[in-house]
Amino acid sequence: MQPKFDRERHCSPVVCSLVAAALVTAKGLTKHFDDFVAVDGVDFEVREGEVFGFLGPNGAGKSSTMRMIGSVSPVTAGTLRVLGFDPSTEGRLLRARLGVVPQEDSLDLELTVEENLLIYGRYFDISRKDLAPRIDELLEFAQLTDRRKDRTEPLSGGMKRRLTIARGLINRPDLLLLDEPTTGLDPQARHILWDRLYRLKQDGVTQILTTHYMDEAEQLCDRLVIMDRGKIVAEGSPSGLIAEHAPREVLELRFPVGVQDGVVEQLEGVATRYEALADRVLLYTDDADASMRAITERGLAPEQTMIRRSTLEDVFLKLTGRTLVD
Amino acid sequence: MATPVALRVVEANFISYRRVWKGSAVTSFVNPILYLAAMGLGLGSLVDDTAAATTLGADSYLEFLAPGMLVATTMITATFESSWPMLAAIKWTKTYEATLATPVGVSGLIGGHFIWIAMRLLAVSTVFVVVMLAFGAASAGDAIVLLIPAVLVGLAIAGPVSAFTAGRESEQGIVLLFRFGITPMFLFSGTFFPISQLPDLIQPLAYLTPLWHGVEVARRMAIGTATTLPIWQHLGYLIVLFAVGAWLTGRYLARRILP
Repeated sequence: MQPKFDRERHCSPVVCSLVAAALVTAKGLTKHFDDFVAVDGVDFEVREGEVFGFLGPNGAGKSSTMRMIGSVSPVTAGTLRVLGFDPSTEGRLLRARLGVVPQEDSLDLELTVEENLLIYGRYFDISRKDLAPRIDELLEFAQLTDRRKDRTEPLSGGMKRRLTIARGLINRPDLLLLDEPTTGLDPQARHILWDRLYRLKQDGVTQILTTHYMDEAEQLCDRLVIMDRGKIVAEGSPSGLIAEHAPREVLELRFPVGVQDGVVEQLEGVATRYEALADRVLLYTDDADASMRAITERGLAPEQTMIRRSTLEDVFLKLTGRTLVD
Repeated sequence: MATPVALRVVEANFISYRRVWKGSAVTSFVNPILYLAAMGLGLGSLVDDTAAATTLGADSYLEFLAPGMLVATTMITATFESSWPMLAAIKWTKTYEATLATPVGVSGLIGGHFIWIAMRLLAVSTVFVVVMLAFGAASAGDAIVLLIPAVLVGLAIAGPVSAFTAGRESEQGIVLLFRFGITPMFLFSGTFFPISQLPDLIQPLAYLTPLWHGVEVARRMAIGTATTLPIWQHLGYLIVLFAVGAWLTGRYLARRILP
């Protein structure tokens, strides 16, 4: 069995209390690729036991940040400590304690489900004797027990994803890194996956995930940062961020083609704030029914109306002026 | 006891190889039999023994061909092992990326890659030498020493070809490598006829190929022909090629997978 992260051995009592609070600490963390600034001086902390998210559109710098945490990409500037290690000088020790679920599954498709786990476990130098029960347990967790002897290639996208997550757990990591865990999966497969990740959280596994799905971030994350163009633009819990940056409800209105542009000015005053998108107008309001009545009184007749609660997407839209999915 | 990281990679290769070992083993036996039968015995019957003795320094064409064919075989094996599966691991399945997320670093990955290839080369050349013995193309006493140039030629190819693969964006480069690198080397590096038969302008090119150096040494060990350079220089050249190739492979891979 691999020893758990040993605080006594890694740090003094004073530092230990800090480590207990934060598994990952980044200050002014920066990543350049030649002239391109992928991550632009970000500060954040990830605490033990929480699920921490990086939410942002493609190219925001989420994956680059994750790769630096995972010690597979050198830090350009700033400081980064992960599980008490410096990723640039203690990469091997750090990687032994991390679980990584990359954006692409990176499974050996010619091998069986079980062999993929066996090979990965051996990379961590876990003995075959210790691996056998661990693999049984992880196959159960990934709901793949009846496929263990099957080749990996024909498995569905959701199954491959679950296998990749199981693989990332083979060393009982202190921290699990998930890069866009449900991108490309169908809704049902996503829900199964969310359920698995939620179970891990209940077992106390600290997780960091990146996503460009606001529903995923809302479902899974205790705390998250919203990233845009290499910078962190907001930080907090999903509900906290929404409460702080957006009124409670959103009224979405669609007008007939050509009418929308003229209508927008007439909406002045019916809501806290409005946003005119290409195909619809969003009204941010604390009472959508009242706003709707006001609109009707002004004699406006939208083709379609929808009332929903505010989401992280609205927060992102407010902070950056753009939608999340580019 | 902790296992060195490179050996964990070797073990992973071994687990993968279990799936294909039967086909691979049959190929390793059948190929030398076909080549030695067709070229050595069939084509060789056109070369009379006096001519073989005077121009080739061998008792028969088969004896001349067999040691050359042995090292050419390890060259082909080494090229395959360091091209397709490696490009797949880098680009298609991305298993290298998954491996590098573990305590296995680039050095462990590369170390394991070359140890595994060396093991494959040893297996392939051992089978080949057994076939040579069956054909009477080598004596039992020479069998073991023949493995040295055979494995070294393979590694001298595996190093640079792995570095080449690590820099490839598509499979096109590998197709071209086989067509314009490996195939001409196979045909014109002294395996089938002495390079003294090549036009004077082309001969120096043959001196650069690892295969020629290996053929020189293997033939010396099998039938006692004189080598162009001292044996240690031939083998030294092969070792240098391997070392430079392996070093470049590590650099290219790190730059590519760990940007």
